[in-house]
Formats: sequence, structure tokens, C-alpha cells
Amino acid sequence: MADTLLESSQRFTRRDRLKETLDTLAPVFLSIGVFIGVATVASLLLTVVTSGAHRLTPTLLTDYPHPNPVQAGMRSAILGTIWTVGLSALICIPLGIASALYLTEWSENRFVKRFLEVNIANLAGVPSIVFGLVGLSLLTYGLGWGRSIIAGAFTLAVMTLPLVTVAAAEAVKTIPEALKHGAYALGATKLQVTRYIILPKALPMMMTGAILAVSRAIGEAAPILVISGLLFIRQDPTSIFDRFTVMPLQIYNWVSRPQVAFQELSSAAILVLLLILLTMNAAAIALRYRYQRRLVL
Amino acid sequence: MTMLKELVGRNMEEIAYGGKVVVETINLSVIYGKRYAIRDISLKVEKNRITAIIGPSGCGKSTFLRCLNRMNDLILDARVEGKVLYRGLDIYNREVDPVAVRTVIGMVFQRPNPFPMSIFDNVAFGLRVNGVKFSKTELAAKVRDALEKAALWDEVKDRLDAPAYSLSGGQQQRLCIARTLAVDPEVILLDEPTVSLDPISTAKIEQLLRNISSNYTIVIVTHNMQQAARVSDYTAVLMPDEEMVGRLIEFGPTRDIFTQPRDKRTEDYISGRVG
Repeated sequence: MADTLLESSQRFTRRDRLKETLDTLAPVFLSIGVFIGVATVASLLLTVVTSGAHRLTPTLLTDYPHPNPVQAGMRSAILGTIWTVGLSALICIPLGIASALYLTEWSENRFVKRFLEVNIANLAGVPSIVFGLVGLSLLTYGLGWGRSIIAGAFTLAVMTLPLVTVAAAEAVKTIPEALKHGAYALGATKLQVTRYIILPKALPMMMTGAILAVSRAIGEAAPILVISGLLFIRQDPTSIFDRFTVMPLQIYNWVSRPQVAFQELSSAAILVLLLILLTMNAAAIALRYRYQRRLVL
Repeated sequence: MTMLKELVGRNMEEIAYGGKVVVETINLSVIYGKRYAIRDISLKVEKNRITAIIGPSGCGKSTFLRCLNRMNDLILDARVEGKVLYRGLDIYNREVDPVAVRTVIGMVFQRPNPFPMSIFDNVAFGLRVNGVKFSKTELAAKVRDALEKAALWDEVKDRLDAPAYSLSGGQQQRLCIARTLAVDPEVILLDEPTVSLDPISTAKIEQLLRNISSNYTIVIVTHNMQQAARVSDYTAVLMPDEEMVGRLIEFGPTRDIFTQPRDKRTEDYISGRVG
């Protein structure tokens, strides 16, 4: 009896140095990526803030671009972004939600469905410059829309459509089958089940995906560059067929100039862009958080 | 809704169907992909009676039940052979609208599945989606009536606006029954309605089924033999054969099934030797 007790106490004090060391080292290796990411963002923020913070004035937002950096602002770029991305959101969010509902609830043929799903996932991986070139040839020249807001908006819409669709389809898949069957058993039609059961529960999650997709569209430079070119615009857009520029292009424009003052302006513009994107991401997270809490209830 | 009733009305005149049998299946089979789940099941469900369907897990009880109001249509590769007659009309007839079938033949599921809405809206849901416009007072009266029939009114009358999820499991299941009753069906199908409930909630639901059985035709699937013995008038015993295809092996008045089963397998099953 005493022997066995001694044995088990020995077992408790037995130590495996190698395993212990590995356990202590593991978090160091595992967190390398996290630190690289955070360090990059921090250094970027630091650079941008130190060089651009003093240029962050109300006139930066309200003035048109100007050859003199003291008088230059990004008004036309902000308005261009609002028009283009706003319009593209109006196009891609309803379309994306609709196609997600089609894929998850309506398409009956399993192979067609699988084929479409794979294609949409692939579409999400196509480089954005390709969307820009397609938009240029189809919309700008093909349909004769020119280098206009509507051409840019459609291009961005098609680019973000797969993102919205995939997120919305994931949202639909979270709705329990039992709820849908409960509604069907009361004589609801497919459209009614979609409208009254699926949409109310899935919409917050769908919107989370939509916001993230739209914030990606705000940051896109490549497809817009192809369509609108580098522009110097000194007037507000009045119609969707006007020419336009967007914030990332304005930043690119300023940063490519030799004067230090313009470099500082581009840093300030980056701050504005980051602020908008972070606000949108925060909104998406807040929406998701609220939605998750409601699920628990 | 109207279409089904018109069709039924016409059919009834044509064949002057006797009023006692409401639902009848003739050689009903269900095939999932290439495999039969149930095969050649023929039985008659009598009006204003409770018919229980018992049998071991995997014998196709739920599959059979889902055929009776075309819920199997929702499962992609399920195929139905044979006939399901509602008052003599084959509900798998091309002219029949499956949505209308489900308003006449309602269904309650294994787990309570209230919608994420208020108690009131849950009960009113079926009335609203069926396209009949009710005034506010009419709607309130119908909701109250359904909740009373489901023996839930007294417990929820002061909090009809509360979310349905705030109810206990047993209350939620009675809410689902009320929701089904609100549409004013003639037949109610219940798929193991008490399997997730405690004994007291189970007893309440069994009592409520007995109470409403004089006005509704009820088919209940259960794997609890005592429950079948307690609540039902007729019992059908389903059993998988060697190829795991569900077959009807015995059907008759519940008392006979439990006291003098004709089939050896029924006897083994109800005495607890198999299943």
C-alpha cells in the first residue's frame, strides 16, 4: 500500500523537460503572424499620422484638387466614391441576396446548383483588374457608357456580387430546417417562407457580409483606374454619366507627385479612407454581435 | 385551399364516399434515391379518431407521416408511389396544390419549433399566410380559440406579445399545436410530439389530444408504446424487413393490438423483446 502511494507521488513529480519547453515555446511560434500583422498596421498608421495629421483639415474634405497643395482637397474623390460605391451597393446587395436565396432555396437540380456555387466562389477569386478590363470593354465601349460613374459602379457591383452572395448564402444556411418545415406545414408557400421566416433571421448576417463587400469596393483602385483613368476633376457629379474619380485614385495621384506637401496630403487622405473603412468594419462587427446575442435568446 | 375543397366536393359527389374514412393510403411506398424507405403500406384513418403509428427507430414512421400532407415534397430525392386519398381524392393528383393540402392536413414536429416571433404572431402566422384577410378582432378571437383548444390560453393570456422562446419546452410544443389548430385543419399529424418533453408536459399534451379528438382526425407517430396505448383508438405497427424497408405488419383497434396481437413480431415488440 505504502509502495503504491509512493509510486503515484513519484508519478506526479515526474517531469518531461522537452514537452514543457515545447509548451512554453509554442505560443511564440504560433503568434508570429499576429505580430507581423499588427506591427505592419501600427507602423503604417504611425507614418501616416506623423506625416499627414497636420494636413487633416476641413478644407481637405471640402475643396477640389488644386495644383497648389495648400489649396488642394479631395472633395471630388469623396463625392465620386460616394456616388460610385453607393450605386454599386444598390446594385450588388439586392442581386447578391436574391442569388443567394436562389442558390440555397430555389434551385432544385443538384448539379446545376453545385456548378453555380463553384463558379461564384471562383468569381470571388478573380483579380480586380480583370473586372476593370471587362467593365472597360463591355460597359465603357460596348454599351457606350463611357468613363462614367455608372460604368464604374457596375464594374464594382459585379466584383463584389460574389462576396455578397457567398455571405448571404451562408446566412441562409444557418436557418434551421425545422423552422422552414414548420411554416410549410401551415400552408405557407416557398416565397412566404423566404419572406417571413428566412429573411428576417438571415438579414443581419447578410448585411454584415454586404458591408464588408462594400468596404472592399471603397478601397479598390485597380478596376476604377482602368475605367476612369487618372483625372483632375474640379466639379461635383450631377448625373451617373459624369466622369469621376475615387479616393484611392486621389491618394495614388498625390503620392506620385514629387513635392513633400502632396505626400503629406496623400497621408491625410489615407487617414480619411482608413477612418471610413474602420467605421464600416466596426458597423459590421456590431451588427454581427447583436445578431449573435439574439440567437442565444 | 378553395381548389382542394372544390376538388374534394366534386369527388365526394361522384363516388359518394362514406364519411368515416378521412385518409386512406393504398400501396404507399417512398423511395429515397434508389432505396425504398417504406413499401406497400395500406391503411385507413378514421374520422375523429386517434391513430397511432408505432415501430422501432428507422422503420419509416416519420416518412409515412410526411407523405400524408406532402411534406416529402420538400426532400429533394424522395419519390412517392401508390396513393394517399383524402376523402377519396388522391392528394398526389396533378391538380392538387401541395400548399393547400397542408392547410387541411396540418403537422406538428418532434421538437417544438416556434417561429422567432411573439406568441400571438406564432398562432396568427398560418392565418396570415393563407391569404384570408381577418379584422384585428377576428384574428384575436381565432388566436384565443386556438390557444384555448391547445390548453395554453390561461398560461399565456397576459403575455401574448412575449417572444415564443420565453415559453418552456412543453408550452412551446402546445403553442405549435395551437398554431396548427388556428388554420382550422381537419387532420392533424404529430411526429413524436413529446419525445423531447418531460412526463408532466407529455401528460398535458396527451390530455389535450384526447380533448380535441372529437373534432379532429389525429395521426400520431410515437416510439413510446405506453403513449400509443394511452391515447390512440387505432394502432398501426411498422417494422423494417430484412432489407430495412419499412412494412406495415399489423393494423387494428389499439386494444386488440396490445392484448391479442396476431403477428408474432408485434407481440415481441410490444412486450419489449425487440426494438
